Amino acid sequence: MSSGSSGSRSSRVPRRGFLAVGAALTAVVTLSACGAKTDAAGSSSDKAAKIDVSGDTVKVGLLNSLSGTMAISEVTVRDSLKLAIDEINASGGVLGKKIKPISEDGASDWPTFAEKAQKLIKEDGVAATFGCWTSASRKAVKPVFEKNKSLLFYPVQYEGLEESPYIFYTGATTNQQIVPALDYLKSKGLKKLYLVGSDYVFPRTANKEIKAYAKANGMTILGEDYAPLGSTEFSTIANKVKASKADAVFNTLNGDSNVAFFKEYKSAGLTAKSMPVVSVSIAEEEVKSIGTQYLAGQLTAWNYYQTTAGAANAKFVKAYKAKYGQDKPTSDPMEAAYTSVYLWKAMVEKAKSFDPEKVKAASDGITFDAPEGKVTVDGASQHVYKTARIGEIGTDGQIKEVWNSGKPVKPDPFLKGYSWASGLS
Amino acid sequence: MTVILGQTFTGISIGAVLLLIALGLSLTFGQMNVINMAHGEFIMAGAYTTYVLQKSISSAGISLLVALPVAFLVSGALGALLEWLLIRRLYLRPLDTLLVTWGVSLMLQQLARDIFGAPNVQTRAPDWLTGNITVIGGDDPLTFANSRLFILGLAVAAVVALSLTLRLTPLGRRIRAVVQNRDLAEVSGISTSTVDRTAFFLGSGLAGVAGVALTLVGPIGPTMGTNVIIDAFLVIVVGGIGQLKGTVIVAFVLGVLQSVLEYSTTVSVAKVLVLVAIVAFLQWRPQGLYTLRTRSLV
Repeated sequence: MSSGSSGSRSSRVPRRGFLAVGAALTAVVTLSACGAKTDAAGSSSDKAAKIDVSGDTVKVGLLNSLSGTMAISEVTVRDSLKLAIDEINASGGVLGKKIKPISEDGASDWPTFAEKAQKLIKEDGVAATFGCWTSASRKAVKPVFEKNKSLLFYPVQYEGLEESPYIFYTGATTNQQIVPALDYLKSKGLKKLYLVGSDYVFPRTANKEIKAYAKANGMTILGEDYAPLGSTEFSTIANKVKASKADAVFNTLNGDSNVAFFKEYKSAGLTAKSMPVVSVSIAEEEVKSIGTQYLAGQLTAWNYYQTTAGAANAKFVKAYKAKYGQDKPTSDPMEAAYTSVYLWKAMVEKAKSFDPEKVKAASDGITFDAPEGKVTVDGASQHVYKTARIGEIGTDGQIKEVWNSGKPVKPDPFLKGYSWASGLS
Repeated sequence: MTVILGQTFTGISIGAVLLLIALGLSLTFGQMNVINMAHGEFIMAGAYTTYVLQKSISSAGISLLVALPVAFLVSGALGALLEWLLIRRLYLRPLDTLLVTWGVSLMLQQLARDIFGAPNVQTRAPDWLTGNITVIGGDDPLTFANSRLFILGLAVAAVVALSLTLRLTPLGRRIRAVVQNRDLAEVSGISTSTVDRTAFFLGSGLAGVAGVALTLVGPIGPTMGTNVIIDAFLVIVVGGIGQLKGTVIVAFVLGVLQSVLEYSTTVSVAKVLVLVAIVAFLQWRPQGLYTLRTRSLV
């Protein structure tokens, strides 16, 4: 190729071209980001929404991302919710009415979640809504449910420090997942930790809590790194983790970043033996897609595994596989979603009404023999007593329990029972 | 010391990935001045080709090696088709080309979603690529990941192949002639439309090869192309339009810069600093590192 000198003409002309191209590129990127609508909560009146109980059915909303980056996880939750609804309908429904699910796609886009929540409550008149996965989507719909005085059942583990009078949290809060995981590491003598997470609300809040715990428990945090959601370049982070010579890594990465992270982790020569990774967002479904060659031997913290013993779980796993396919694993958020429908049914039957206020009033002490074991609703916090479990990922893709809390742990979303957490808010 | 060497190697390997994704673009955008927003989707097509081949060939190693030429052909054919259907009608309208190819990129993403499903998929890396080699042993070992060395080798091979093609073959001579003076090339008996399509085939095919390499780094998904396309354009623009050596140098410089900054700060801060450095550099040298007298965008 011939190389030309940069004469004044040739240097000016491309520059002008670039300005135009740059402007157009910006326009394209902005356009693609503008699909989002504004928050739907703003215009609604402050009155409680009307529940449609005409006829012999009662409607409930299923609000999950069926497309976009979160679809991999949220579709399984929707399937699990439908399974519970089918089972309840087959055994006579709730208060003599069959449940009619209305499924809406949140499209992995938080304003869309708010918009669809508004639609389910106002137009469809649902008695309750089940769904949401990311904390960002939950925070987007929270004002909608509060404004319309309608109920949301949220089935995923989250960072705690939140309570809403209209949300029931059936996944783990911090003291039922992250704190037990830290206790476990401490009991194994793994006291020097490296924190790796995605750059958004859940990992940042979780790591704040982990640092407070470490300070009070004689553990050291050697480093803390965040990668943008969806990031796939982890070689430097793997190098930093390796150079830190930590005892273990606490991983709060979400979604596909885990694939790139664990590939790089292995390439850097780190193993589950030399430096175990504890993950809080990797369940059976994700293990399947990341690949056991990268994950075997690593640890996870949840309240339920497909391998959890008990008749209720055997029945759940069998029913799920029969409905959706033998190769489909069951996971913690799916189990919490399945359980949430049954908890709602029990609350409604105790209240003898679909009215959210009466359902809430009836919620305290409601129990259900869930696949994870017996769960009890704590009426004050609207969270659920759950058994904490630590598991080890096996070469067959299943997670084997290596420790559990023995009994269900009382939910403590604001960590009031822990003196080290007093500075958190 | 091992940290510095290790980070330099990481930077070079990031640079190799950048180089692979930018190389095809340096031909279509750099040489032919076509702003092809669908270039990222040709990378995606290459990655999915690897995935499909691994489904049908059980050996991860063989399917990866087979995927390299096949992905080149698949993405190249897609590129040639795009050129024949749309781009050749828009050669003098760069902004229209931008919007049209952006539309095509959205359609290709949706197509991938329809065929392979919305969730991302993964390939298994062959065993000889999952390990690492120890360069310096001892307490503080320096290791190079095999997959990264493979990508580096692939990038070097692709650059050598492309520059030899442009320099030595009759096809390369024709491409250079058309780039430098389209009218004169035409009156000299060169079929410029055939040259355009061939060059587009080569550039898009290289995107396919980059896609194969990316399966070793992260997941394969419908949006993987959009995630890397901006970086690719940055490399070309900073390197200087129409200059292969600018692309090569800038890819490695940006890779090392990113990894060094990332080590001493965080991922997001490093990205910001790299962008600031690029903006500052373009203020000083808006035409990029190297320039070539050529028919311009306007």
